[in-house]
Amino acid sequence: MQGLAHQLIAGIATGGIYASVALALVMIYQSTHHLNFAQGEMATFSTYIALTLIQAGLPYWVAFAATLVISFGIGVFTERILLRPMHNASVLANVGVFIGLLLVFRNAMGWMFEYTIKSFPSPFESDTPLLGGLVSGHELGSTAVTLVVLGLVFVFFRYTKLGLAMRAAAFNASSSKLVGIRVGWMLALGWGLAATIGAIAGMMIAPVVFLEPNMMLGILLYAFAGALLGGIDNPGGAVIGGFAVGVIENLGGAYLVGTELKLTLALVIIICVLLVKPSGLFGRVVQSRV
Amino acid sequence: MSALLELRGVHAAYGQTRVLHGVDLTVEQGGVTALLGANGAGKTTTLRAVCGMVRTEGEVHLAGERIEGKATEDIARRGVAHVPDGRGTFMELTVEENFRLGAYIRRDREVESDFELMFGYFPRLRQRWKQQAGTLSGGEQQMLAIARALLLRPRLLLLDEPSFGLAPLIVQDIFTILRRVREAQGVGILIVEQNANLALDVADRAYLLETGRIVVSGPAHEIREDEQIRRSYLGY
Repeated sequence: MQGLAHQLIAGIATGGIYASVALALVMIYQSTHHLNFAQGEMATFSTYIALTLIQAGLPYWVAFAATLVISFGIGVFTERILLRPMHNASVLANVGVFIGLLLVFRNAMGWMFEYTIKSFPSPFESDTPLLGGLVSGHELGSTAVTLVVLGLVFVFFRYTKLGLAMRAAAFNASSSKLVGIRVGWMLALGWGLAATIGAIAGMMIAPVVFLEPNMMLGILLYAFAGALLGGIDNPGGAVIGGFAVGVIENLGGAYLVGTELKLTLALVIIICVLLVKPSGLFGRVVQSRV
Repeated sequence: MSALLELRGVHAAYGQTRVLHGVDLTVEQGGVTALLGANGAGKTTTLRAVCGMVRTEGEVHLAGERIEGKATEDIARRGVAHVPDGRGTFMELTVEENFRLGAYIRRDREVESDFELMFGYFPRLRQRWKQQAGTLSGGEQQMLAIARALLLRPRLLLLDEPSFGLAPLIVQDIFTILRRVREAQGVGILIVEQNANLALDVADRAYLLETGRIVVSGPAHEIREDEQIRRSYLGY
């Protein structure tokens, strides 16, 4: 029983990471109908920036905040420079750009920070077990950070004028232009936000899985499974899907298939969703009357 | 009084397909201009040319300023509100959110009171306030589209077939409201309509478009009373 509860809580903790990355994927997917394959690599890159800042002597939370700002800038910059010329290009051309972006980020990391595995500090005391050993300080802290981030993103999109404009631009670009929304900049902002959310996920998972250029590879796959499970066009659904995949992965890994085959579970989820309910559990169904 | 909108020799094309071949057209300050013509004549394209949604040559003047070649969002920010065919509402969002987006570019403090003004025109929208726009009836959606456009506080309102697909009674309602809007807000209107009778009733100038060229233009009442034009172009 103790073991099950522990697996469940650990699943929720990693699920929060998947949920964040899934949200980043969905934010870009909603407005462009493209999946950013480089989302994970961008997050890892941000984590390296954080590590560099921490090693330079900055306090953790200062480095954390600075990393968010830099990541936001990288996201906006990437969209403006690389994706903007591709707005009217074919799907395959876009896929090419995303794969190129993935390779550029990955190899830039290897070149700048080396391929060796590095440890990354946790701001939360990870040695002190809480709740009678059920949950580590880092699990609790990172879950709290994730929940705060998801809450802030929700409030931003639901209650601010800019958030509303970004949603409008994602749903209907041509109508958005007619009310004066600068749709191109909304896309760039979306990229900035996605990169920021990814950066937080990277910094929260790095103490657990250790930092190396491929750190987010598996996580992106789980996140994608989560996004599909919840509904690739529904941010809220993607978040729930991310948490669900975290729990499924942990329980499945512990009791069903073992750690070595855990990643297969993500693929199984992806295939099952695509076969049974392609729109996902909470996929948006637009009602319309004429 | 200078014209609010003036098109001079406007050409427009979708890729290789040329649709407009030198259109001249005027909307006066606070005036209503009707643009009539058969399907495929280029009416919708003319509206698109005004708000930068299609590649355009020639001159488009808005209150003396050249706006051709500018981005759609910059033209909207200059006070041009367009209700396109298909209405341009945000189906996935609520009526309230559509209202807020209509007033997106405004920084003044009268937005909320303008909401009330719109409820005055379209009382049904108040009952639908929290409802997803896609669930509204066709008539309600057209009302929402017009309200959304008016909330921009436009100088120029472009309407693309506001009567399309609606029951006659609702069409009556909408045109009554358009008359009120014109009197109350002093906004210039360029209206494209299949239903020529309806459009000529509300308009003071009219143009007849045929395969991308203006073939008849003049005061609306003259065109309405001209047997010849009616028979050969308007078909009633």
